[in-house]
Amino acid sequence: MVPTLTLIFAINIHTQMKFYLPPQIPRLAIAFGIFISLFLVLRYFLVPATFGEYGHYRGASLNDNAQFGIHYAGQEACFKCHQEIEDKKSQDVHVDIHCESCHGPGEKHVISSKVADVYRPAGSREFCGKCHALYPGRLKSTIAQVDLTKHNIGKNCIECHNPHQPWEMKK
Amino acid sequence: MGNEKVKSSRRKFLKNATLLAAATVGYSWLKSSQYLIHAAEPEDKSLPWYGVVIDIQKCIGCGNCASACKKENDVPVEPFFFRTWVEQYTVKNDGSVDIVSPNGGIDGFKQTVPDEEIFKSFFVPKMCNHCAHSPCTQVCPVGATYISPEGVVLIDEKYCIGCRYCVQACPYGCRFIHPVKKVANKCTLCYHRLKKGLAPACMEVCPTGARMYGNLRDKDSAIVKYLKVHTTQVLRPNLNTGSKLYYNELSSEVR
Repeated sequence: MVPTLTLIFAINIHTQMKFYLPPQIPRLAIAFGIFISLFLVLRYFLVPATFGEYGHYRGASLNDNAQFGIHYAGQEACFKCHQEIEDKKSQDVHVDIHCESCHGPGEKHVISSKVADVYRPAGSREFCGKCHALYPGRLKSTIAQVDLTKHNIGKNCIECHNPHQPWEMKK
Repeated sequence: MGNEKVKSSRRKFLKNATLLAAATVGYSWLKSSQYLIHAAEPEDKSLPWYGVVIDIQKCIGCGNCASACKKENDVPVEPFFFRTWVEQYTVKNDGSVDIVSPNGGIDGFKQTVPDEEIFKSFFVPKMCNHCAHSPCTQVCPVGATYISPEGVVLIDEKYCIGCRYCVQACPYGCRFIHPVKKVANKCTLCYHRLKKGLAPACMEVCPTGARMYGNLRDKDSAIVKYLKVHTTQVLRPNLNTGSKLYYNELSSEVR
């Protein structure tokens, strides 16, 4: 586009024997030149350093977004120390539930190894019931559900079930 | 006469050739800094192109995802802003639809409709659709929100001016103004976790595996295989947002 226009303009100038340039054109050109260079100078100082590196945004922002600290450590980090839980979990239906699903964010505990830094659910009817209470909208094929108004009233789930191995019943 | 003619045409030829060369060099210089004219398209095919699948049948409405999202991304617990939340849809026998999301589902749900009146009921987890033609990034006047080369819609918090255009542009209601930072905020698909090789927090804690993310470019990835054998649907396909959040078993009542 740009070179084509330049070329056509140039050829026009050279093919015409007499070319009359009105005197106001050079003066206008100077004014335009000043405005454009002023704009370019302002632009140079106002546009952030990495803007346009990958697209219409600050390229450095990708790194800014990647720098947020994590709170959830991920299951692999848990199993580095708690191998016995992985073994237990792998034998029962809770195998696909990651540790932090029930124990909450664990990055702090991974760093400090303190028991106080990780949530230890009580195994109460309310806690387990968040997933396992009989509820319309929950498919029986997706999750085992119990009617909390009928199932062993007065007992906590953890008294019979081992949360890491739910069907390994306690005596 | 003849001699002069040759000379003048040679001069013209040389002049034109020089101009053409100059114009070509000038244009190629402009092209290398094309972002000066318009935004360059990220074309790095070696990076993943992320998409998300949510299986409605697997969602049990425990609210683990919404709770973990707030903890992972330091979203204030109050007032009630969410990067991801769960909605409970209850279709009654008379055809009316009841949609509730108390505290985004974090505290669980209480079904207020009696069992005998329920035609069907299900949970719909919502989050940013990470659209390929996202309306929210198009309206940003300063270029503070963008689609990353991995297809994740992100916000430049240092550059955002908090004008709220993007908040009203998102047809899925996935954006809000962060009450402390006073800039736009939204789901980043846990970009900081993806970069460390970890799964997004909501997917880490989902007990039933209702959420799945993966590389749509890799034809052997689990998500592409899933999309191949399941009939999925995106929200508001009529808006042509290029949503990359695919719902399995999506009911027509969902908005």
